[in-house]
Amino acid sequence: MESVTKRYPDGTVAVDRLSLEIPDRSITVLVGPSGCGKTTTLRMINRMVEPSEGTILLDGEDIQRQPVTTLRRSMGYVIQNAGLFQHRTIVDNIATVPRMLGWGKQKARARAAELMERVGLDAALAKRYPYQLSGGQQQRVGVARALAADPPVLLMDEPFSAVDPVVRKGLQDELLRIQDELGKTIVFVTHDIDEAIKLGTMVAVMRTGGHLAQYAPPAELLSSPADTFVEDFLGGDRGIRRLSFFPSGRLELTTGPVIPLDATAEQIAAPTPLPPGDRRGRQTARLERAARPDGRGHQAGPAPVPRATVRPGTDSLRVALDCAVLSPTGWAVAVDTDGRVTGVVSQQTIGEAIRSAHAAGRDDERDDEKVAG
Amino acid sequence: MNVLNFVNAFFSDSAHWHGYDGIPARLGEHVQYTLQALLLAAAIGLPIGLVTGHYGRGGNALSLVATAGRALPSFGLLVLMTTLLGFGMLPVMIPLVVLAVPPILVTTYEAMRSVDPSPVDAARGMGMHESRILFQVELPVALPLILSGLRSAAIQIVSTATIAAYVSLGGLGRYIVDGLYQRNYEKVVGGATLVAVLALVTLALFWAVARVAVSPGVRRR
Ligand SMILES: Nc1ncnc2c1ncn2[C@@H]1O[C@H](COP(=O)(O)OP(=O)(O)O)[C@@H](O)[C@H]1O
Ligand SMILES: [Mg+2]
Repeated sequence: MESVTKRYPDGTVAVDRLSLEIPDRSITVLVGPSGCGKTTTLRMINRMVEPSEGTILLDGEDIQRQPVTTLRRSMGYVIQNAGLFQHRTIVDNIATVPRMLGWGKQKARARAAELMERVGLDAALAKRYPYQLSGGQQQRVGVARALAADPPVLLMDEPFSAVDPVVRKGLQDELLRIQDELGKTIVFVTHDIDEAIKLGTMVAVMRTGGHLAQYAPPAELLSSPADTFVEDFLGGDRGIRRLSFFPSGRLELTTGPVIPLDATAEQIAAPTPLPPGDRRGRQTARLERAARPDGRGHQAGPAPVPRATVRPGTDSLRVALDCAVLSPTGWAVAVDTDGRVTGVVSQQTIGEAIRSAHAAGRDDERDDEKVAG
Repeated sequence: MNVLNFVNAFFSDSAHWHGYDGIPARLGEHVQYTLQALLLAAAIGLPIGLVTGHYGRGGNALSLVATAGRALPSFGLLVLMTTLLGFGMLPVMIPLVVLAVPPILVTTYEAMRSVDPSPVDAARGMGMHESRILFQVELPVALPLILSGLRSAAIQIVSTATIAAYVSLGGLGRYIVDGLYQRNYEKVVGGATLVAVLALVTLALFWAVARVAVSPGVRRR
């Protein structure tokens, strides 16, 4: 997007000289407070809104050069309330664009069935109508419908805003998985900064009046916000949130006593260290997970039980720190992917890991500056 | 001497079942007038209502025309048209069409306006042509309301088509007009009963059409 401005007929300047380079095959998130021009920006990409000034290039070519329907058919479009066609069944909703492109009915339906599986929808829902689906399921159908003709670009306008947090998390994870598999160029609009940080490869923070406040990868956004607006918008504990981007793989583990959840008071008083790989330890970690919601497992007495575990290499330093903070002893319990205890790690060790990760980050930035200079 | 006796007498008189003034003939004429007027009114009201509703423009002009149409008394219009055009089908059709267009036009417009805008937005975003959006996205969802507009228009035509008899045409109005003139109340009540039955049949027909034509996804059952 090159210096794009949108002035609505009533004089509102929704987007003001916005320049943005959106990378191929990755998720670019437009985030900002309500009314800052995110939707307008997104809709200029498929020409639902025509810019007043500036040009938008797609693979180097001005999008004004091709017929508007051709352009739109090369871009999937997903909106907040899914916008499903009430009078059509789920398969027929998903098959809309292929049908429009002249595919046969059988082929289009087969493709729709394939996409239902891809977005995690039960095949039994195929013959249902949209009103028979939950909000989260409808949103999945919306995504499947947008993907049906395999467009290289996907435009998504607050697609997950109307569903509850648990379902939203599932949809976000699903989107990341689909993106891993398909490698689309996705432009994703949200007002939720956490969603932006979770999904974005690049995040464009917009400010009311349609100005671009900062355009950066999420980790950089958290470590060095461009100004106080971005800083305020990121909200509190951005230091903690940034830890999500640091891997925990290099944490040094030590062996130490891990107390099983079913321990008796005597065992707690005189803990016997569980050697790494112990089956009881494995059980412990399992139980700890199962025990979380209702506190089952505490029946053995006032056991100082760590409630969560960290998988070094898979989880981030944020998870490690969280476990250490939650643990009454201040030690995080590390497990392997099978849930077997591999060791423990102290808050202090995690703190050191954080410091060295920060230092490495700063070195990187200095290197960048050197290259730039 | 009550109404039921009249009804009974009217329908059991075998003379009322034959010939050009028999029930089948008069009923046929009435149905014919109704269908003609309804088709004409739909041909005017539906396209205008669909297009204005789709683009969301001209709502005020529409309601003005509709109010004016409703304010015109059908019988007065009939007399006026007959004076101007002489006896015939046309002077009868004009008041019936004027009567039927407003409910069709206004309901169709409202039906299109009340369609959820987000599927329309989604359809436009996926590159669907406007005409296709109108017929394949909006119309199926607006259909129940549109049918209800057609239905009330049809019912009004059925009851008002009796005026054709005042200008020497046929239809069920014949029984009422002639009956009143001949002080044959049996005939008046019989004619009125037939009109009422025809109106009920019209209702049933529209119900059946809605069952078949409206998607279960829209009916929500
Ligand atoms: N069709 C329109 N006509 C006039 N003003 C509009 C129109 N659409 C949006 N706006 C205005 O443009 C600004 C940006 O809107 P929008 O792009 O929808 O913001 P966001 O998606 O970030 O909430 C707002 O002030 C909004 O009121
Ligand atoms: Mg918006």
